[in-house]
Amino acid sequence: MARASGYLKTGYGQQLVLVETRMQWMLLALLAAALLALPLFASFFLLDLAGQIFLAVIGAVALMLLTGIAGQVSLGHAGLLAAGALVTGILTQEAGAPFWITLPAATIAGALLGLLFGLPSLRLKGLYLGISTLALHFIVVFLGQEYETIRGFSTGISVHPPRIFGCELYDPAAWYYVLLAFDVVVVLFALNLLRSRTGRAWRAVHERDVVAEALGVSVFRAKLSAFVISSALTALAGAVFSYYRGFVSVEAFSLFVTIQYVAMVIIGGLGSILGAILGAIFVTMFPYAIEAALETTGLAAALAGYVFAINYALFGLVMLAFLLFEPDGLAGIWRRLRDYFFLWPFRKTPLAGGE
Amino acid sequence: MQLLANYLTLAALYALIACGYVLVYRVSRVLTLAHGEVMMVGAYLLLTMGTLFHLPPLPAFIAALLMSLVVGLAIYWMVMRRMAGETVFAAVLVTIALGILLRGAMALVWTPRLQYPAEAIAMENPSVALGGSVAVSQASLLIIASAVLVYGGLFLFFRHTTWGVRMRAVGENPRLAAQRGIAPHGPLALAWGIAALTGGLAGMLLSIDTGIDEAMAIIGLKTFPVVLVGGLDSLSGAIIGALVVAGAEILAIYYVDPLVADVAPFLVLLAILMVRPWGLFGTREELDRV
Repeated sequence: MARASGYLKTGYGQQLVLVETRMQWMLLALLAAALLALPLFASFFLLDLAGQIFLAVIGAVALMLLTGIAGQVSLGHAGLLAAGALVTGILTQEAGAPFWITLPAATIAGALLGLLFGLPSLRLKGLYLGISTLALHFIVVFLGQEYETIRGFSTGISVHPPRIFGCELYDPAAWYYVLLAFDVVVVLFALNLLRSRTGRAWRAVHERDVVAEALGVSVFRAKLSAFVISSALTALAGAVFSYYRGFVSVEAFSLFVTIQYVAMVIIGGLGSILGAILGAIFVTMFPYAIEAALETTGLAAALAGYVFAINYALFGLVMLAFLLFEPDGLAGIWRRLRDYFFLWPFRKTPLAGGE
Repeated sequence: MQLLANYLTLAALYALIACGYVLVYRVSRVLTLAHGEVMMVGAYLLLTMGTLFHLPPLPAFIAALLMSLVVGLAIYWMVMRRMAGETVFAAVLVTIALGILLRGAMALVWTPRLQYPAEAIAMENPSVALGGSVAVSQASLLIIASAVLVYGGLFLFFRHTTWGVRMRAVGENPRLAAQRGIAPHGPLALAWGIAALTGGLAGMLLSIDTGIDEAMAIIGLKTFPVVLVGGLDSLSGAIIGALVVAGAEILAIYYVDPLVADVAPFLVLLAILMVRPWGLFGTREELDRV
């Protein structure tokens, strides 16, 4: 992949550019064309898988901003997703609200919850913060359960497909494009945020909050904004998820979902948006890959009752392996491979480094 | 009075589970999120002692406890040892991954359905009348007794034995301890071992009462509010924390709504995090170190 060779930047503006060379533009265009053309060939199953991946990407990018960039530990991700989904479900059920009301409402609810989740971060660090967000997860799920029992939706709240320009969004191919557009917007938003003042403040707080404070970064504002923006995005992902499934139930937002998202961020590689995307793809496809592997080896019939357990065990094993042996995650592997081919026959990275 | 009996049982159970968290945290500064799964391992080992070797209750318990100890040592030796020098967050994530791995592996070996170790080891669990209309199960009495024994034992162990002192030293300052000739791996491994042993014991006794399936891990999870309320590095704090949290939960069950009871520990936790993040008995400097 052609990159700018060497370190030729002469101004700050050039450092902020997202796409450096014409070759990169062309590759991006190629990728975009491939993504746009996919529904023309893909089966229903593949489209659904792609949809799941797109949804996971939104949540993973949100968590990456908070944990990977701003360095704030959160174990309440599933709670936020649940909040977004619940707001959507409740508004559709109680008020029959269309998607252009529910989506902003869910986002705002997420932002408010983010403020609430973020408040402990002003006093608490690391472990303690993770635990307080975990506590909030249980509280959100509890409130959702209460609502479902009281209103008699104990099996879940159904959500009608959104109507865009008078036609219902039902077709998987249409969903594919909508979710793709969502992802592009979210990823661009995140990338732009990172090269702005806010993004730099987050990185500074991550590295060392005391020093960041001394350098004039308002740690208070940086931490809270990280929580608010990340939570708003996550709740939005939850709302879109509820439309995609056509169905909301707090059962779907167990602690394991949080762990899956944390795994995406870890496996992808902390601190990089590319990592969030790679991690989301990896974790979403993992169970399907295991199933496919069992099918092809002919073990599927013999292990039929155990597929779930095998999935669980292998997922833990993979997460463990990444934590122990590849803390930089998939993004780190990708960076190393790229540098290896790009620099061959040399070994060392040029001065520019980084992304 | 029945309320009081239930309360004491729950508090003892929480205390018994909590000391595993405290041990590991105190020595290695890692909060393990795999403790619920470790409890399950203990209970399943007890089950296996019954189904595979047809051991009577007491030998089955002893064998399962020894094996739990080995499991704890193995967890440290194979996994946690590699996390030395990594950030606390990474180490905590490793315990989460370990929990998932254990859960999957246990479902593979023992199947996820509800099983009853009490039947397997032919142990009876009669309900014991305590005068008046108060009655508790025998397993509950065992839980209370073992909580008292374990805590008494741990206090003596930490105060009066060489290994106890070593563990305290490593927990306080690993570098200084190493400087004074204490190889840190021993005490750390032992902390994980004892944590698995006490957690396993809690799991076994609980499974006598309720049987064992995946839900047990959630009880493990519900226990760490207990630890945080008491202070992560304080054994006596864990007892107080267990009393407070169990009290909140029992009151919620009786007076509000059983559904609230599941959240009650976390509400107590949030309250304490707002007011006194290091817990009632924890060391205050804790927060900066994390």
